[in-house]
Amino acid sequence: MIAYYVDLALRSLRRSPVLTGLMVLAIGLGIGASMTMITVLHVMTDDPLPGRSAHLYTPHLDPLPRDYHRGENSPDPSDNLTWPDAMGLLKAKRAVRQAAMAGGTLLARPAQDGLQPFYVGGRYATADIFALFGLRFEYGGGWSSADDAAGAHVVVLADMLARKLFGRADVVGRTAHLGELDYRVIGVVADWSPAPQFYADNTGTQYSDTDRFFLPLSVAIDKDLPVNGNQSGWGSDDKAGSGKRGAEMSWLQFWVELDTPAQVAAYRQYLVDYSVEQKALGRFERPPTDAKLYSLMGWLAHENLVPDDVQLQLWLALGFLFVCMLNIVALLLAKFLRRGGEISVRRALGARRRDIFAQLAIESALIGIAGGALGLAIAQLGLWSVRHRPDDYARLAQMDPTMLAGTFVLAVLASVLASLLPAWRACRIAPALQLKAQ
Amino acid sequence: MQIQPIVAALRRHRLATLLIAMEIALACAVLCNAFFLVAQRMEMIHTNSGIDERSLAVLSVNGFEPSQAADVNARMLAGLQAIPGVQSATLINQVPFGPQRAAAGVTHDPGGYKKLIGVVDFVLGGPGTFKALGLKLVEGRLPQADDYQPAVSFVPNDAQVLVTRALAEHAWPGESPLGKDFWCDKFHFRVIGVVDHFARAQPHQYDMAQAEWTVFTPTAPGGSLSGTYLLRARPQDVQRVLRDAKAAVAKIAPDVVLDQEDSKTLGDLRTDYFETDRIMIGLLLGVVVLMLGVTALGIVGLTSFWVGQRRRTIGVRRALGATRGDILRYFQTENLLIVTIGITLGMLLAYLLNAVLMKFYELPHLPLYYLPIGALALWGLGQLAVLGPALRASHVPPVVATRSV
Repeated sequence: MIAYYVDLALRSLRRSPVLTGLMVLAIGLGIGASMTMITVLHVMTDDPLPGRSAHLYTPHLDPLPRDYHRGENSPDPSDNLTWPDAMGLLKAKRAVRQAAMAGGTLLARPAQDGLQPFYVGGRYATADIFALFGLRFEYGGGWSSADDAAGAHVVVLADMLARKLFGRADVVGRTAHLGELDYRVIGVVADWSPAPQFYADNTGTQYSDTDRFFLPLSVAIDKDLPVNGNQSGWGSDDKAGSGKRGAEMSWLQFWVELDTPAQVAAYRQYLVDYSVEQKALGRFERPPTDAKLYSLMGWLAHENLVPDDVQLQLWLALGFLFVCMLNIVALLLAKFLRRGGEISVRRALGARRRDIFAQLAIESALIGIAGGALGLAIAQLGLWSVRHRPDDYARLAQMDPTMLAGTFVLAVLASVLASLLPAWRACRIAPALQLKAQ
Repeated sequence: MQIQPIVAALRRHRLATLLIAMEIALACAVLCNAFFLVAQRMEMIHTNSGIDERSLAVLSVNGFEPSQAADVNARMLAGLQAIPGVQSATLINQVPFGPQRAAAGVTHDPGGYKKLIGVVDFVLGGPGTFKALGLKLVEGRLPQADDYQPAVSFVPNDAQVLVTRALAEHAWPGESPLGKDFWCDKFHFRVIGVVDHFARAQPHQYDMAQAEWTVFTPTAPGGSLSGTYLLRARPQDVQRVLRDAKAAVAKIAPDVVLDQEDSKTLGDLRTDYFETDRIMIGLLLGVVVLMLGVTALGIVGLTSFWVGQRRRTIGVRRALGATRGDILRYFQTENLLIVTIGITLGMLLAYLLNAVLMKFYELPHLPLYYLPIGALALWGLGQLAVLGPALRASHVPPVVATRSV
């Protein structure tokens, strides 16, 4: 039966090629524009660390004074942790794994002659970071908690930086010159660039930044290495609380691994207990229930990294698709009602209303499939143009198989949805009246 | 032309009429708001920097210790001035459309945050920088030799500064800003002059009204005023001068690192800074054109169908004495009616859409004059789209009336 309907539909579509072409074009344009923006949104909100993300959480405390007032354009200082809080959580070891970290950019001087020094971004972190985020070592390994405590001058390089500095990746034991200091290379990890860089301070460009080296956090604080991102202080300059070690400046990010719901609940309780304790000590002024534990995806949703422009473009594209659909509804209505005679003959010969409905729906689905193919081509063109934008998310704009299939599903869905009203009207044609009029 | 028969005919095609009217309403709403957004972005792109952009370039180096700053500055300035075509090479910390280096909240009272003026950009400039920028002084005096105070980490402790007119009007409305004081924590500033226009480094990140809250702070070279140099040359020489200057850095100061990304002509900085806005404008216009195109095609499709359906009726009318013009005008009037219904709905929708946009994005109210412009555009579009099918209808011969199906 379906084959017969498809055959009927093809004949009908071929009978009015201009109208068919118009409808395919309208669906194609609407789908192409929408899928371009849906894909951009999809890659921007996708899981940056599939497989591990479900185990990763980030704790947040609120050490701000009660009367602290944040400016409208400034970032929230309680997005990050202070040094005493980060060290407190680290030493408590209440999670399976935990690491404190901060970003930094250092001047790298290549060991090979003739190469210009260049700036490179990396991370100052505590020992657990490699196991916590599941980084893969190509050579050597990470440092230990003892190295953290001792402030050992060791470094783990990303493959790409090792090659750039030394011309090869197997460089364990060699000395890397970063900033004004020398570090012994103890490991090389495979290049790793989750997008967005979920663990970084949210004032940076998180879709294009990549860490090329990892240094012990204790070295960064001992040597006062430059730190990227937002460093918000709320004490006055004269008090002892300021500075990186101070209790009145937040600049550190903190991530923990929690494997079971019981562990998550226990950690959440621990954060509240910790805040109660700090409040009793007179450090925290705000309610302890301000302490929060975000899952990785929850944290990204909280940060809302999708720029306003992208959201606006998405709505624009969906609005355009809606106008295209309205247009197709009107055209299909005209097309179906024109075939009153044919429909009446089929009805008189015994076809039920639902048969007519199915036939017309299949005809629209065919338009949808053709429109989907055209839309796919247009979306690829759209994504190509997005990749040429100067924004930091541009390079991510690629379609994956899900989006590819989604294009056709959306196209067929849109065209069948558009055909519902016209098909329903066409079914209600009274065959006797129509045939008599002819 | 009688409207009654047209209305009667449309009543028989209520659904199709309503659909096209709705499509036009949506197109009208999107058209008005898209044009409004485009106008907003256009205004942003044409932000007046207040400086002589065509003659200026900026060159930035880093990778040296604070203790070397004085030495690097001396060598760089001497080296850059020696490049043929350079009219002047001076020190500056930031330029419009480049990276923001110094911005802070300032107040009317020292040390406190009670009488806040707002967050302003501090442009630190060495001797000669004010003149090189080409800023226009409208009140007060130019900085003198002893106004250039050293700045250790941020700005000079006690500075004689020039503010923009926009900032002066915001901070001291209705008063002369000359001689007025303001503070940033314990740093003190006294206004000695007012410049016409001078944009912040990143005007986009602030409200349009705050785009020019800039303070020109005369500063002695060294400390926080080192590593960034303003080159002035004749407009036709700027590109070449910057290229030569970049190449010369390796010779002038082999141990510093040239910041390729931030060393550009002011023209290029402006182009790059507004790139995303230009893309957005292109996108908005593209969607508007496509939407109007699809709407026009819808009108053509539907009218063609109606013409086909009414061939017999048209024939009868022609046989009864209606002229070709009558038939033509019939379809034109019909379209006018449908589009008018659409526009009426569309104006309401446009305002609704604007209200939604205002809620989620920082946007002002849609000015009323956008509505009649949108209406005219859609009336025109409707008439253009209907012309083809209507002309075909007017060529239906009267003899059709006498034929059976």
